[in-house]
Amino acid sequence: MAAEDERHLRERLNKLRGLPLLRGTRLSGDTHRLQKQLDKIGEEPSDQEIWRSVDLARHSERPYTLDYIERLFEDYVELHGDRARAEDPALVTGLARFGGRTIALIGQQKGRDINERQRRNFGMAHPEGYRKGMRLMEVAQRHAFPIVTFLDSPGAYPGVAAEQHGQGGAIARSQALMARLTVPIVSCIIGEGNSGGAIAIGLVDRVLMQENAIYSVISPEGCAAILWRDGAEKVKAAVALKPDAAHCLELGVIDEIVREPQGGAHLNPDEAARMLGAALGQTLDELSVVPGAELREQRRERYRRIGIYTAGATEPALRSGS
Amino acid sequence: MVPAAYGAHFSAPPKISGIIGGAVAEPRIDVSIEHKHRPEENSDGARKHPNTCPSCGSHYRDDELEANLRVCPQCGHHFPVRARDRIAQLVDPGTFQEEAVELRSEDPLAFFDLRPYTERLAEAEVSTGLGDAMVIGGAAIESEPCELAVMDFAFMGGSMGSVVGEKLTRAADSAIERRVPLVTVTASGGARMQEGILSLMQLPKTVCAIEDLRDARCGFISVMTHPTTAGVLASFASLGDVIVSEPKALLAFTGPRVVQQTTREKLPDDFGLAESNLRFGHLDAILPRSELRPFLGRALRLFRNGR
Repeated sequence: MAAEDERHLRERLNKLRGLPLLRGTRLSGDTHRLQKQLDKIGEEPSDQEIWRSVDLARHSERPYTLDYIERLFEDYVELHGDRARAEDPALVTGLARFGGRTIALIGQQKGRDINERQRRNFGMAHPEGYRKGMRLMEVAQRHAFPIVTFLDSPGAYPGVAAEQHGQGGAIARSQALMARLTVPIVSCIIGEGNSGGAIAIGLVDRVLMQENAIYSVISPEGCAAILWRDGAEKVKAAVALKPDAAHCLELGVIDEIVREPQGGAHLNPDEAARMLGAALGQTLDELSVVPGAELREQRRERYRRIGIYTAGATEPALRSGS
Repeated sequence: MVPAAYGAHFSAPPKISGIIGGAVAEPRIDVSIEHKHRPEENSDGARKHPNTCPSCGSHYRDDELEANLRVCPQCGHHFPVRARDRIAQLVDPGTFQEEAVELRSEDPLAFFDLRPYTERLAEAEVSTGLGDAMVIGGAAIESEPCELAVMDFAFMGGSMGSVVGEKLTRAADSAIERRVPLVTVTASGGARMQEGILSLMQLPKTVCAIEDLRDARCGFISVMTHPTTAGVLASFASLGDVIVSEPKALLAFTGPRVVQQTTREKLPDDFGLAESNLRFGHLDAILPRSELRPFLGRALRLFRNGR
């Protein structure tokens, strides 16, 4: 079976390689990198494995942002408020020491028990949360602190006040600020990285993704409700969206899959934190030697290259639904 | 009393329509018959014919609507405008030079919901005559040169996938190269789910393109038309130096239906509309369609960039 899967992947790689190139690179990542990814992935995850990732990514005992901050960083000081309107506990920000450096931390935070979940709005930030994040990014830029973001949110909060206070604009401006910074930025996808809520703090130099985390344009339920007109088709939607770490790596959207303890991060948070910390330390070391202006240019170039399309004079092929 | 005709639909149980003069009124029998060719209805019961005004019910011939820039002469309702028509409304005749015509979407995920993505793409291309949901090119508006990027909601809900992201990026590059301002006209339901995570990546991609545009000191005027939502609102469209909209356009990260379902909050009447966005400070102006072209001319002169 593994041989069969491998054949599939090689076919896909061949197909990608065969596409006509346009303006230099138009694949997310060159074929050399894809080949490396292919070797790394080994086999394509099955439908069951994809859904298992979705389940594990949202497991109620999965370590959240503050669980990792507590285990990995020293001298953590949490900073509150957007200096304009409100404090949003769904997104935490702070400064801490890590590997001899001061790091600016920005992370989406879910709650553990029902009271905390409500207080943290299930990790769904309002615009005020993203503005608090931007305030911290400015602090980081001023003092040349590298930034680490933790992505773990069902999405940006869909509420009346959130809209009135400019949810869309806040997400856009947070990304725009990240595209301007000259300090290293690393994101860690530790649970569910969904939609605009995730990308608001996800325009970065390197993306680390835990093996059971998911990264998606929309939640499987939301996608099922729109495309299948039935939220119950969430498993089909998840399989179609391919939000798992292996597929994200293959598509060139993330840089590294961070292993978790056997059975998932929730079974051994200390070990999960150790594994994440090791990957994070190495990545920050690599980025710290790159001059700021170059870092920013490479960051923009990274995103400007993402996308798969053709310059087709050919009609899009009609395909049967087999 | 209406005879119960064969084939009529009885409402079950019959509804008591009200108390009239102290007596219980006759149970009302619904005699509506299913018409095979009856136009589809929207949720609010309005007919879906594209030339019937959903606001006041007036109906127009194509040429009547075109002559009035597809705005209802009765009530001022702004009908949707296709990308090519929008370009024709805005630019000086003969100045539009389309770019990146050849780009087409791929199907990197082999996405299949109720139908394959490739089939939806082929169908959209045939029905709209467009390669994807955005048309870009150089143009002049009131003799001011600019780069134009116009979205078309008719192409898969104006959704943003790899091609829309790439086209916006190229439009920004083209503006930088020619040292002219960028004008975008958006109409989009958000990211194109069928391209999975790659469609989410078009948000940072377009944001990076706009940041390069800003570094090159080119102006950026964002015209948000109905609807500009989700991924497009949360990326390049919100980054204009100047942001304007048309009356009653829905400009929301999350639309009213989903907000209502998720939060059970009572929504204000103008929830997410341009008028509400203006009041809360997210827009510079709401312009009736007839004023858009003169406004853009003025704005482009202001962002002339030393020319």
